[in-house]
Amino acid sequence: MSRQRVFRFRLYVADQTQNSLQAEANLTAFCREYLPDGHHIELVDVLREPRRALDDGIFMTPTLLVLAPAPIRKIVGTLSQTLTILQTLKLETQAA
Amino acid sequence: MKLDRLALAETPGKALTGITGFDDITAGGLPRGRTTLLLGGPGSGKTIFAAQFLVHGAQHGNEPGIFVAFEESPKQIAANMAGFGWKLAQLQRRKLFFLDARPTPELIQSGNFDLSGMLAALGAKAKQMGARRIVFDALDIVLALLPDAATKRREVYRLHEWLLDHELTGLITAKNGGDEATSPALQQFDFMQFMVDCAVILNHRVDQGVSQRNLRVQKYRGSSFNEDESPFVIGSGGFDVAIARTLGRADAAVTLERISSGVSRLDTMLGGGYYRGASILITGFPGTAKTTLSGAFAEAACKRGERTMFVSFDSDGSEVMRNLTSVGIHLSRFEKLGLLRMVSARVITGSAETLLVRIKSLAREHQARCLVIDPVSTLSKAGNELTAHGVAERLIDWCKADGITLVCTSLLDETSSQPNGGTPLQISTMADTWIHLNYLVQAGERNRGMSIIKSRGTAHSNQVRELILSKSGVTIADIYTAGGEVLMGTLRWEKESAQRVADEVAEVAGKLRRVSLDAEEAVLEVRVKSLQTELMAKQVEKSLLDRTTQSREGELTRGRSRMRELRGADAAVPEVK
Repeated sequence: MSRQRVFRFRLYVADQTQNSLQAEANLTAFCREYLPDGHHIELVDVLREPRRALDDGIFMTPTLLVLAPAPIRKIVGTLSQTLTILQTLKLETQAA
Repeated sequence: MKLDRLALAETPGKALTGITGFDDITAGGLPRGRTTLLLGGPGSGKTIFAAQFLVHGAQHGNEPGIFVAFEESPKQIAANMAGFGWKLAQLQRRKLFFLDARPTPELIQSGNFDLSGMLAALGAKAKQMGARRIVFDALDIVLALLPDAATKRREVYRLHEWLLDHELTGLITAKNGGDEATSPALQQFDFMQFMVDCAVILNHRVDQGVSQRNLRVQKYRGSSFNEDESPFVIGSGGFDVAIARTLGRADAAVTLERISSGVSRLDTMLGGGYYRGASILITGFPGTAKTTLSGAFAEAACKRGERTMFVSFDSDGSEVMRNLTSVGIHLSRFEKLGLLRMVSARVITGSAETLLVRIKSLAREHQARCLVIDPVSTLSKAGNELTAHGVAERLIDWCKADGITLVCTSLLDETSSQPNGGTPLQISTMADTWIHLNYLVQAGERNRGMSIIKSRGTAHSNQVRELILSKSGVTIADIYTAGGEVLMGTLRWEKESAQRVADEVAEVAGKLRRVSLDAEEAVLEVRVKSLQTELMAKQVEKSLLDRTTQSREGELTRGRSRMRELRGADAAVPEVK
């Protein structure tokens, strides 16, 4: 049923730091596995666009903003725990 | 206070905090372009310190600042700081920026993260507004989200590097359990204490139920600083760090002007009154008229038209005024005129430090030239024994600096074995003039004795005097000393009148004696005269006798010769003598 929904993500990273690269890789892998056709990822480098980070209240990097479906959620970290992300996106049923 | 601020010019390499006393301790403020760590327990005043540092920079130093709030929302902080009269809203437009960096409760964490996002955002903001100062308030909150000590350390170093790169004067606050080195919270941040250039620790203790706040500069690279704990209070204008005079500060101007003590005879004893700007201590047991003597001083000051403040700890101001009316000291009219301010301090609780700050700010508000504190020994009541001495020192120092003439009374413990010994605060050594009042109990009567124990720089009487309170005012009388006895009150009066009677009796007796001598003299003179008369009579009688004897002898001789002639005898008879 949720297959029809499009997941919109905004990932804030800080340049090419280890944490940021890991988060990017983890998110891409996650989407490929669980959301193969319904996702959109926007990448924001806080070093290049600090104003956007300020406006969105991003103080830790990497931070993932889940823009859609509502409500907006914020996940901080390298996104290494897949289960946490599934729970956040209410996709626990697919974890098994 | 204004003078202090002006006197403290901006020191190269230092950023003034605008915190009274703190800039003195650190000889100019926090290290410019470097990082300072401010540690303290909950409620120790970290946020206020930090906010004051930013506000001062924005208002006076033309140094815009950023406040990164990890714990409280900017709205809360602004509301909390409004009480200090800082115009945050006005500054917030251009010179002050609050960043709400609280980790939201719905924040989901998955894996490692770092602070580069925030630092990048802050870097942009700092550049845009030309910020020179930055505060990270409650960094411990965000560090708590980091999984292990190594990560925490890494992020703190990242922050430190960033601060140095941006040449911002940084202040990081974090919670700890105060100065105790054993506290696990402190150990968590000990590496920060080594890393930063300056570390300040705020302590908040409770001694016998009285809150005592202390501030201590733990380290300050490249600068000398006062290493001791300095008490502070959070007053109406923010932080107020109590500090004794620093070496090298200019002495207060001294004057030769004398002002009346309110008792003319006492002025005479002091050689003209108290010095203007002097500190006068009046000690004595309860009921020895300490308040009365200080009330007389207050009245005299008001009569000269000088603004005066009377701080009463023992009873309410109105009570003090009523009680003083009974001895002819009328203060209420001056209070109505606004010349006199009565402060009923019985209700003020808290540490000696708090009391001093309150008294100071009230006196400044009133622009007092004369100040009475009755009794100053209140400062050392329960919980304040250790700090009270320092507070009393600063009280005197502050009065001198501001040219205020201070009269304070001090209660002596009635059970104390040495009534002439030091006062509980050892304030007696610092006071310029020390007047001691005591009782002399004789013949079922208590009388008040007054003596000047010391009075610096003035010739003063060494005599003990009797202090007499009456409806018409306070007067001083000589005491009666005779034969090693010191008498006062009724005894003195009795002794004096007995003496008077004795004098009179002696005088009358003398007169009597003289009269009787005169009489005897007269009698003798009369006797001399009658004797002389008698003598004359005897002489006359004697000469008469002589004459009759001669004439009779002559008659006899003549008779015999006639007889002889008649008998015709020859002159064979011996010659008549």
